[in-house]
Formats: sequence, C-alpha cells, structure tokens
Amino acid sequence: MRLSSTEKTTHPVLIFWIIAGWVGFCLLPWYMLEDGFWSFGWLTDGYPFDTDYAPAAFLIGQSEKLWLAPLVIPLALPLLVLGRLKSDPLYARILILSGALGFGWLIAQGFGIGIRGFTYDWLKVLFGELGDRQYGMGYGAMICATAFLFLFTQGIAARGAVNGDVFVVSAIGGVIVIVTTFVFFPIAKMLFAAFVTEDGAYSIAVFFAKFFDDRLWGLGCLWGARCGAAWNSLFLAICVGFLTTALGLAFALVVTRSGFRYKRAIRALTVLPIITPPFVIGLALILLFGLSGSITVFMADLFGVQPTRWLYGMPGVLIAQTLAFTPIAFLVLIGVVEGVSPSMEEAAQTLRANKWQVFRTVSLPLMRPGLANAFLLGFIESMADFGNPLVLGGNFDVLSTEIFFAIVGAQYDQGRAAVLAMVLLFFTLSAFYAQRAWLGKKSYTTVSGKGDAGVHPLMPTGLAIPVMIVALTWALFTALVYAMIIYGSVVELWGVNNSLTFKHYVTAFSVRFEEEGIRWTGAAWDSFWTTITIAAIAAPLTAAVGLVTAYLLTRQSFAGKDAFEFGTMLSFAIPGTVIGVSYILAFNVPPIEITGTGIILVISFIFRNMPVGVRAGIASMSQLDKSLDESSLTLGANSWQTFRRVILPLLRPAILAALVYSFVRAMTAISAVIFLVSAEYDMATSYIIGRVENNDYGLAIAYSTTLIFVMLAAVGLLQLLVGRVQIGRRTQHGSEKTT
Amino acid sequence: MKKLTLTLAGSLIALSASVTASYADKLTFYCSAQEDWCQLMARSFEDATGIDVNMTRKSSGETFAQIRAEASNPKGDVWWGGTGDPHLQAAEEGLTAEYISPMRDQLHDWAINQAESAGNRTIGIYSGALGYGYNTDLLAANNLPEPSCWKDLLKPEYKGHVQMANPNSSGTAYTTLASMVQIFGEDEGFDFMKGLHANINQYTKSGSAPIKAAGRGENTIGIVFMHDAVAQAVAGFPVKVVAPCEGTGYEIGSMSIIDGARNMDEAKQFYDWALSTDAQNLALQVNAFQVPSNKGAETSDKAPDMSTIKLIDYDFVKYGSSDERKRLLQKWDEEVSVLPQ
Repeated sequence: MRLSSTEKTTHPVLIFWIIAGWVGFCLLPWYMLEDGFWSFGWLTDGYPFDTDYAPAAFLIGQSEKLWLAPLVIPLALPLLVLGRLKSDPLYARILILSGALGFGWLIAQGFGIGIRGFTYDWLKVLFGELGDRQYGMGYGAMICATAFLFLFTQGIAARGAVNGDVFVVSAIGGVIVIVTTFVFFPIAKMLFAAFVTEDGAYSIAVFFAKFFDDRLWGLGCLWGARCGAAWNSLFLAICVGFLTTALGLAFALVVTRSGFRYKRAIRALTVLPIITPPFVIGLALILLFGLSGSITVFMADLFGVQPTRWLYGMPGVLIAQTLAFTPIAFLVLIGVVEGVSPSMEEAAQTLRANKWQVFRTVSLPLMRPGLANAFLLGFIESMADFGNPLVLGGNFDVLSTEIFFAIVGAQYDQGRAAVLAMVLLFFTLSAFYAQRAWLGKKSYTTVSGKGDAGVHPLMPTGLAIPVMIVALTWALFTALVYAMIIYGSVVELWGVNNSLTFKHYVTAFSVRFEEEGIRWTGAAWDSFWTTITIAAIAAPLTAAVGLVTAYLLTRQSFAGKDAFEFGTMLSFAIPGTVIGVSYILAFNVPPIEITGTGIILVISFIFRNMPVGVRAGIASMSQLDKSLDESSLTLGANSWQTFRRVILPLLRPAILAALVYSFVRAMTAISAVIFLVSAEYDMATSYIIGRVENNDYGLAIAYSTTLIFVMLAAVGLLQLLVGRVQIGRRTQHGSEKTT
Repeated sequence: MKKLTLTLAGSLIALSASVTASYADKLTFYCSAQEDWCQLMARSFEDATGIDVNMTRKSSGETFAQIRAEASNPKGDVWWGGTGDPHLQAAEEGLTAEYISPMRDQLHDWAINQAESAGNRTIGIYSGALGYGYNTDLLAANNLPEPSCWKDLLKPEYKGHVQMANPNSSGTAYTTLASMVQIFGEDEGFDFMKGLHANINQYTKSGSAPIKAAGRGENTIGIVFMHDAVAQAVAGFPVKVVAPCEGTGYEIGSMSIIDGARNMDEAKQFYDWALSTDAQNLALQVNAFQVPSNKGAETSDKAPDMSTIKLIDYDFVKYGSSDERKRLLQKWDEEVSVLPQ
C-alpha cells in the first residue's frame, strides 16, 4: 500500500470491490430465495430469467423492478477512478459519491417498496399505486450493498481519514453498518412501540401511564406487600454483581497466587456452570432445596421443622445466578490477575513492602479494570437473566420476565414491554458509565515490549485462608449441584420412583443402524444438530467482530468513538427477550426478511455475544503497550499487518475466551431464541423448555447433561486448537512447563 | 407457492411465478398443545398425506404473539391446539381465515358453537373442564382436610398451600377468573379471588405449572384443568383430581387457519384431517385426556367424565373478547394482586 499509492496502478482491493458490485448486480439472484440461503436449486430452475431468481440486471432487462435501474450509475462511476492517482482529489470524491449514492438508494428503495407496493402513504400520494412488490434482499443485493459500503470507506480513506488507512476506515464502516442494522434498527422499531396507543397513533401520555406503573416502581415490600419489578431487578443485580466478583476474584487468586495443589480442578469446576443450559441449575436447586427437595426433607427430619418454600423468590434466584455467573467473573479476572506484571510486584517487594502491602497497594489496584468488568458483567447478566427467575422466581418479579410476559402474556402489551426495556437499559447503561467513571483515565498497562519476566508473589496468609475457604466451599457446592444434575438424569421419576434407568437418554438420543446408514431416531437429535451447527457458525464470527471492534476502540482514535463504543456495547444491555421480539418486528418484512431462518439465530447470537468479545479484547489490549504497534508501524507494516502479526498473537487468551464463550452461549441461550426458533430451526434450549413445561424433568436433565458434555468437549478442543496461553514468563514451580 | 397465494391473479408476475411452483407440498404447523402430542400429529399427518410438515410448538400466548407479529407476512399455515381464547382473539383481529370444513357434522355442538361465535375462523378440537388437584402425601403430612368445593380453598388452614397461574400470562388462569365471575357473579367472584389470594403461595406463569409442582411435591393444591391433573396422576405422581361442587368453567381447545397462509390447500387438508376420528384418537397415545370434539372419537376411561361434572354455561363470546378480558384482568391487577398475602 505504501508503494501502490504512488504508482499508477490501482489498489487491488478497490478493483475487487468494483468487480464484487458488478457480480452482485449482474450475476447473483437479487432477492431472497424462498428455499433458504444455502439452497442452490435456483441454478437449474429458470435462472437467470425467472423473476424469482433473476439478478438485478436481468430484471431490468425484462422491464421488471425498474426502480433498481439507477444503481447502474454508482456501479459505473468507480470505473472512472481506475488509473487515477490516490492523491487525486477526484479519486476520493468519485468513490464517496458512488458509495453513498448506491448504498443510499438501496436503503431508500428497500424501505420504500415492500410486499404491498409502496410502504408509506406519502409515496402513494406522490406517485400513485405502484402495482408491483418486492421481497427481502438476497445474495445479489447484499453483495452490492457491501461493495458500495467499502467503495465509500475507501473514498473516505483516500481523503486522509485515520491517516488514509483503508483497513481501519473499512473496519469502522463495516462495524457501524452491521451494528446499526442488527442492533439499533430493531431496537428503534421496538421502542417506538412504547408510544403507540391501541389504535396505532403515537402519544406521549401512553408512555407516562405505563412508566409510572405501580408494578414497576412500587415500594410495597417495605411494609409487607410486594415491590415493583424495577427495584427487585436492581437490588438483585447489585447483590449478584458483588457476590460473583468477590467469588470470581477468590477463585482467580487461588489459581494464580496460592500453593493450592488442585488448581486444574478448580479451573474446570468454575467453568462448568457456564456450559450449563438455562433452567438446569434452577431444577437442581429445586431438587435439593425445594419443598420436597432432598436436603430440605433431610433437614426437616433432623430438626423437626416444617419445610418451607424459602427457595422460591429472591433467595433462590440469587443462589442460582451466583452459581451461573461466578465463572464469568472468574474468566474475566483470571486474565487480568495473570496479566498484572510480576515486575511491578517484585519492585515493590525489593522496596521492602511486605506481602500484604504489595497485594493491597500494587496488585489489587492493577486489577481494577478486571474487577470493574467482572462487576459490570455480573450486574448486566443478572438484569438480563431470564431462565432462573422463570423457574425460581416465585412471586419475585424481575424486569426480564415481566418483559417476556408483557409480550407473550394474554395482555400482549408491546408498549409495556418497551417501557420495561427502557428502564432495564437505563440501569445497565448507568452501571456501564459508573464503571468508566471509576476506572477513569488511569493507565493499567503492565505488559509492554520491554523485558517482562518474573513470578507472581503468593497471597499474604491472612488473606489466603479466608479466600481458600470461600473458594473451596463454593466449589464443593457447585460440585454437589452438578452431581445432582447427573443423578437426576438417570432417575426414573424424581421423588416418586428413584430407581436408576437410562430411558431418558434412550428417548432423546437413540440411533438405529440400518442398511442406508445411521438413523437418528431419538427425539432430541433434530434440535441437537441445529444447535451445534448454529453455535459453530456463530462463534468465530462473534469473536472476529468482537476483536476487530476492541482493536478499533483501544488502538485507533476517530471522531465519534464514544458513540461507537456505546453502540457496540448496547446489545449486551438489552435483554434477550426484547432482542427476540424486536428482531421479529424488524426482520419479518423486506428489505431484510430473515425470520424463520437459521440466519436470524446466527445473527442474534453474534450481536448478543459480541460485547463479551469486545470486553475481553479491550481488557487484554489495554494491558498491551502501544509501543508494540508503534514499533511495528515504524518498521513499515500497515495497520492490517500489525493487527494480524502483533496484536492477534498476543491476544490468544482473549480470542480463546471469546470463541469459547460465544460457542457455549449460543448453545445455552434462551431468552432471544425462544422467539426466533422455527419448525425447521429448533434449538436445544427451546426443546428443553418444552420438556420442563411438561414436567418431564428426567428428559430435560438428561438432554442438558448431554449438552454439558458436548460443550466440555468443545471447550477442550478449542483450547487445543488455539493453544495454551503463555505470556513469556518464568513459572512458579519447576514442575510446570516453561516457555 | 408463496407467489401463487400472495400475488393478485392475472398479473404478469403470477404467470411467470406459477412455472416455479413445483415444490413438494408442505405445511407450516404452529402447535400449542403438549410437545409429544404435537410431534405425533405432525408425523401422523405426514404419513397420512405425504405432505411435509414443519412443526413449531409454543404456548398459545406465544403463538398468538408470533402470528400477530408476522401478520403482514405470515409464515405459518395452521395453528392447532391451545386454549380457545387466543384463537377467538386472533379471529376477532382478522389474523385467521374463515373456513367451513366438510367434517363439521361429525362434531359435538360445543365445537361448532365455538366456530360460529368466531365467524367460522376457528373450531373446537377438544375440551377440558377446570378444577383442581392436590398432592395426597403433602395434604396428609400437613393434616389438612380434603377439599371438594371452590369455597373450601378459602379456608385459612390452606394458607400457603394453593397455587394458580397468573391470569395475565396464562389462559388457564384467565378461564379460572372468568369462571368465578360467572359462577358467583362479578362482585362475589372477585371476593372469592381476594380470599384465594390470601392462600396462594405463588402465581405461576404457565397454566399447568401448579399441578406439576404439586406432583413433584413443591406445592399442595394446584388450580388447573382437570385433564392436566389426570395426566400427572397417570404419570405416577400422588395427585388426586377434584371437580368442584359449585360447578366449573371449561376451555375449548381450538384450531385456526392463518390468514394469508402460504400453503392454504394443505392447511385445509390438515384442518379436515384433524377433525377426523383417526386424528383425534391419537390423543390417547400421548396421555392427553381432553374430550375430543369428534363424536365418534374414543375417550379414555381415566379422563374426567364430562357427564358427572357440573359445567356452567360458559359465555365464550363475552369472556373471550379482548375488551372484557382487558377489563377483568385490569380489575384483578388493581384489586386482587396488590393485596398483601
């Protein structure tokens, strides 16, 4: 690129996107194929003249869909650029013009003309009835849109934005467009619903009536009645945030800074809950502590007390969420605790600080970004959690379940759901900003290009003992819950007939060997394969989008970066139930018509889980000194090469975390999924809910147990593929491998 | 097929599209009954006709929400099962299509009444009466008397032992509320709900959850449809079913064709098939103990005998309409749910 900008030949990337635009316009089917994205029946079925499959150029050639014709102009314009110098002002101007025109026209016609002709009344008034229609965008339209976008970003880069860096500008443009399409657009569509009256008009009064509802803000629990869902959610989320952060830190310290011998077991154990499908922890807790739970009955016999339903409500949800989200805090904190450079701690020790002083004044403050991130994740996860309150909530209403039942309930009040979503969003965004304010602009960079070797000091004894006790107790409790899950999957009928059986596994996963091969006869296979496929497609995409975004946020400065960060984190703060319904509302009609497909599931997973990739990337990248990039750039690499060869290899822990997390989340997610599954693409979690609803705990738990083992295998495999993470350092004990 | 059913006949596009309408026959089937029943219906219909069935199971509330969200571009063809009210509501909003099946003369009167009250946009496929069930072990362990009437549930000794679903989220619980209003009159009905509120330990979200909790020993008495309670007893849980002495309301499980269905012919074929004795006899294979709407279909000897149960004259038109529903639910929200327990 350094050379190409001075030579006469045009950059190959530009040529590529010009060709891509023409291919999308002239060769590929313009509209969405009804048989699905991956079917290729169209190749033999009337292509290219049949209007269902025709590329745009053929449609226009047959005088159909003439509103696509103007796209020829922005497609042809960039041809003028070929052979021009990049420094020529015309080069930039033409590219920007053609990109903006093409993209703008695509959007305008997409929204203006739908399956019933003109979408808006004023268009009908202006032009009369159209008498024609169009369906959702297909391959051709998508590729054309992408080509226009990148022509535009190349034009911007040629004008000198971000030092004329094509990669960075294109990445920013790409992320902005996909986040706008798949986060802002559906949410905006959903939030408009908050102002809609019953007869479809817009009104502010409707919003206020719903906002100042007693069920939302009531403080009745102070005098014996019930509190509003907003207060319940807030209180619960703060408790869960603190508990998970504290427990996560305890585990991280035990694993990195103690002489404890079974660290690997701790690591494995703490990862267990994250690979657990929703409901299962709740079900296990019911089997242990419910009114007829094993421990409850045992205790009642022992002490002669009346069993109670204490589990149903805040206590049960708190325990379940803490079990479920502590590993997330642990995953965030382990990276940070390991990432604190031992040189700093060694320096403090050399200056005669004792262990306690080192921990309190050096190690702990350097962990602040990790602690804040862990709290934030716990807080938001608790706010958005849907499965545990559903099973264990009792009469303890929280916002996420209220939103779900406002939408699916007999009242079907989208407006109320939207208002509740706004309240939820307000809480999570406040936490987000509080976290930023607390971290401030301080530098937490400790891994730099300079020599960095050393050993983490052990915890001071006064701290080690309580930390060990807490961590081990919790680990044992987790183990008990999991033992219960496995036991529950092989019991005939829990509490009534406790004989052991494998019949639940047989019902779910039986296979028959026949002449033509294996027949998957079990009831669960369909949803199982769909889930695996979708999770496997979504995970690398999520990691890629997340890490590129993190790179842009930590390493590049550009106008509107704060808004950019806000946008990329937004989807995490929105509960899945709202994402689900907003996706149905937004993507059921052209221009993007993907409800009922597998694509919508993949997309919802990418944007639900992307913030975790982003945060993992940011947390790791803020520990990598910028001097590394600078030296790479000084030595002549461009930003893509620097990202690929310097940043990415150092980010392997973050990549691993993002991959693993997005894969297992895609397999265990429920709240958005429940709206987006269809007959063809049923997911494991929605199948399990069906079993739970049917009181078929045996099958539900057996299926969940199978999923746990599958995910365990997946996590192990990914770890093997990405490789064990070693940041160049001496290790504590001679027994472990050194690098 | 999409083009065929959606495009105005006579237009050039319809002509060119008809060439491509050579797909295998298929049907997108939204099912709101229990999972195994849905599976069985889908597979049996495939076997009977050779039409490919895409089945999605969701509760009737969720399915209604989905059909409404998809109204401008319907994805489903036929919606089978689930309590009748959301079907009536969908009919009222024009989300479902009118159809008069040739099978109609084989049906019970209540099934046909259901269809006529909704302008033939829905039809009854099974019915079930409301009641409650209790866990015999827990009742004995707590030394509680055996209840036999609705009013028995108001007794203070049952405090913390009764569970019902939240009428806002469950059709079953709304049927309970509407039945009490019809049995006792509106004022006394609401007094009953207030008295009951004091004894309720939890309002569940799903309609049959209370009796399932009772089966597992997590709750003592659950107010549900009797056939749900029977299913728990048959599954081996210590559950006894009660048909309350004052009489009781009932639901009519319904079926509707979605307006603008892409596979309208197949949807009608399914509709007719689902009303046949063959299709309705399938219920017994999956322990669904509702009363089938076809007069010739078999009923289980374990099912609650509809003739011994005192059924009220449930006004489906009035209490199924969205206005009345909203009014009752709002009144329940404001007068009952806010009371301290």
